[in-house]
Amino acid sequence: MSGARPATALELCGLRKRFGALEIIRGVDLAVPTGERHAVIGPNGAGKSTLFHLISGRIRPSTGLVRLRGEDVTGMAPQLINRRGLSRSFQVTNIFPHLSVWENVRCATLWATGYRYCFWRNVERLADARQRTEEILDQINLLDRARMQAGLLTYAEQRALDIGLTIAGNADLLLLDEPTAGMSHAETERAVALIRRVSEGRTLLMIEHDMGVVFDLADRISVLVYGQVIASDTPERVKADDAVQRAYLGTEVP
Amino acid sequence: MSDTRPVPLMVRVRASGQRRVAAHGVWIGAIVMLAVLPYVFSSRLSLTTLCLMGIMVIFALSYNMLLGQTGLLSFGHAVFFGMGGFFAVHAMNAVEAWGVPLPLVVIPIAGGAAGLLFGLVFGAIITRRSGTAFAMITLGVAELVSSGALILRTFFGGEAGISTDRTALVHPFGISFGPQFQLYYLVAGWCLLSVGGMYALTRTPFGRMCNAVRDNPERVLFIGYDTQRVRFIAFSLSGLFAGIAGALVAIDFELMSSSQLGVEQSGTVILATFIGGVGEFAGPIIGAVLVTYLQVTLRDLTDAWQLYFGLLFIFMVMFAPDGIAGALARQRPVLQAGQLHRVAPYYVAASLPALVAVVGLSMVIEMADQLTVHAADGPRMMFCYVPVSADAPLAWAVAGLLLAGGTWVFLRAAQRAKDAYDEALSTAHPRRVLP
Repeated sequence: MSGARPATALELCGLRKRFGALEIIRGVDLAVPTGERHAVIGPNGAGKSTLFHLISGRIRPSTGLVRLRGEDVTGMAPQLINRRGLSRSFQVTNIFPHLSVWENVRCATLWATGYRYCFWRNVERLADARQRTEEILDQINLLDRARMQAGLLTYAEQRALDIGLTIAGNADLLLLDEPTAGMSHAETERAVALIRRVSEGRTLLMIEHDMGVVFDLADRISVLVYGQVIASDTPERVKADDAVQRAYLGTEVP
Repeated sequence: MSDTRPVPLMVRVRASGQRRVAAHGVWIGAIVMLAVLPYVFSSRLSLTTLCLMGIMVIFALSYNMLLGQTGLLSFGHAVFFGMGGFFAVHAMNAVEAWGVPLPLVVIPIAGGAAGLLFGLVFGAIITRRSGTAFAMITLGVAELVSSGALILRTFFGGEAGISTDRTALVHPFGISFGPQFQLYYLVAGWCLLSVGGMYALTRTPFGRMCNAVRDNPERVLFIGYDTQRVRFIAFSLSGLFAGIAGALVAIDFELMSSSQLGVEQSGTVILATFIGGVGEFAGPIIGAVLVTYLQVTLRDLTDAWQLYFGLLFIFMVMFAPDGIAGALARQRPVLQAGQLHRVAPYYVAASLPALVAVVGLSMVIEMADQLTVHAADGPRMMFCYVPVSADAPLAWAVAGLLLAGGTWVFLRAAQRAKDAYDEALSTAHPRRVLP
């Protein structure tokens, strides 16, 4: 996160994904500069989540390149991409439901704090992992839920925990997949504040349906329609873009 | 939701300090209990049973490193138990033949090393898959090894097995480990060491990642961990402890045969672990003690002891899938809230008809056994010190009535007990008000 970091955090070149005869991602080119908050919007079925899966290593692209800070990570296993500083959350909450909130976050700190598969040290005595866990819980406002089983948290709290898991490893590129989906207005406001806080000093790429959130948070927006980026620009220009109007926003501009 | 103040640090520190004292208390209590047990249960049969229990405790806990901690269902865990036993037997015979001055107490190290080695070798292949595929491959490997064991007669000794003499090694301080009393302390010492080791493993970064892999393997990949590597390490280490248990059984019996690494032995450890409960660390300990006790006692009481095991297993799966330890753990919040007196009568009310049903079921089994397996002895038999004629319709009517009536009342009483439990729990934890 320090020193000379490349100007481009993430670069996608001619990315394609075919499932049988169906091509879901049809040649995506995208560059996200370091430190930018970048939103991906698009109608249902546009391939937004698939795009995230391709970037994070969950599925392999058919062709094309994914470059993380200039390094080619195309087709790499998810954990290897994660160790290179890319961390993601999921559209459907993806936590460890039977572990405590504390264990959830601590597990997510262990690789980055360098303990890896260590089976000869007492995990309770690792001061740095403990401190990091407390910091994260404080950031996501779940310190008072630390002892609770994660599956028993409210939906909004689980979403916050998912973000906590995503930032715990100290990744400098965050991929958040619809972080405010299914939340009430008040919860969404809190989530936006949280995302703004945790993406400070990091690069953020997020999928979002809530236009209020997008225009509030994003420095730049890419519009994905049928597996292709039809526009990638500042919120104001995207809003004014004719192609976007036709393909996605309809005639009523929010 | 509205109250998001952090828990004061001091409260947490004090709570963890108390827990630390409690944890040490458990270990000290266990040491004292293990030291005193052979004086309380001093008959030869008791000592033999205690040794078997100690061995089974290690074996079941090593199995739970896979099933309970990492979420891996293995059907071939006895492979590592058996391999540990065979290497221990050969190590003992080699030590004797070459006159190496090694005492018996270090022999389990050979068993553990063998278990670890085979865990590494087979684990490298098996842990490439998880879930159902993993379970199927373990079954295949178990079959492969047990059929291979019958072919490789020089190492496995064919049907007869390989025998050894545990007293043939050097006797430091005049301890030969010949008497069962001395052997008990060898088993108890290794049991304590292994249980302590396996407990410590659950409290390491690796141990926590095992739980994470069990809970949600996909998410583990996205926090930087390789799930296959976690499974592989868990598999190898569980082989290590299974090997120690196998070495102890070889020392105890002074004989190792290929049945020890067979599917039946793998089944026993699944049974013990599951009945005890996979969700709590102490679960397999409870299960191992109970199953060993039942094995020893039921075997003398009835021919159909395996049938009883099967029925017990089915009962547990249906009514307490988290095992005895899980059922006990569920009482903890009720106990803490001081509500146990409200639910306990319901438990008693449910267990009485259950007992009646068990008596009825047992009567059916024993009379059927008398009429089929023991047909030559005639229908006259003793059941619970009562003379019964197995071909009398009245006896079958009584048995049927006890079984059906007991079950019927039990199912209703169990539902009442469950309702009482839920109510006690809701007073203990008032439902959180959502914003």
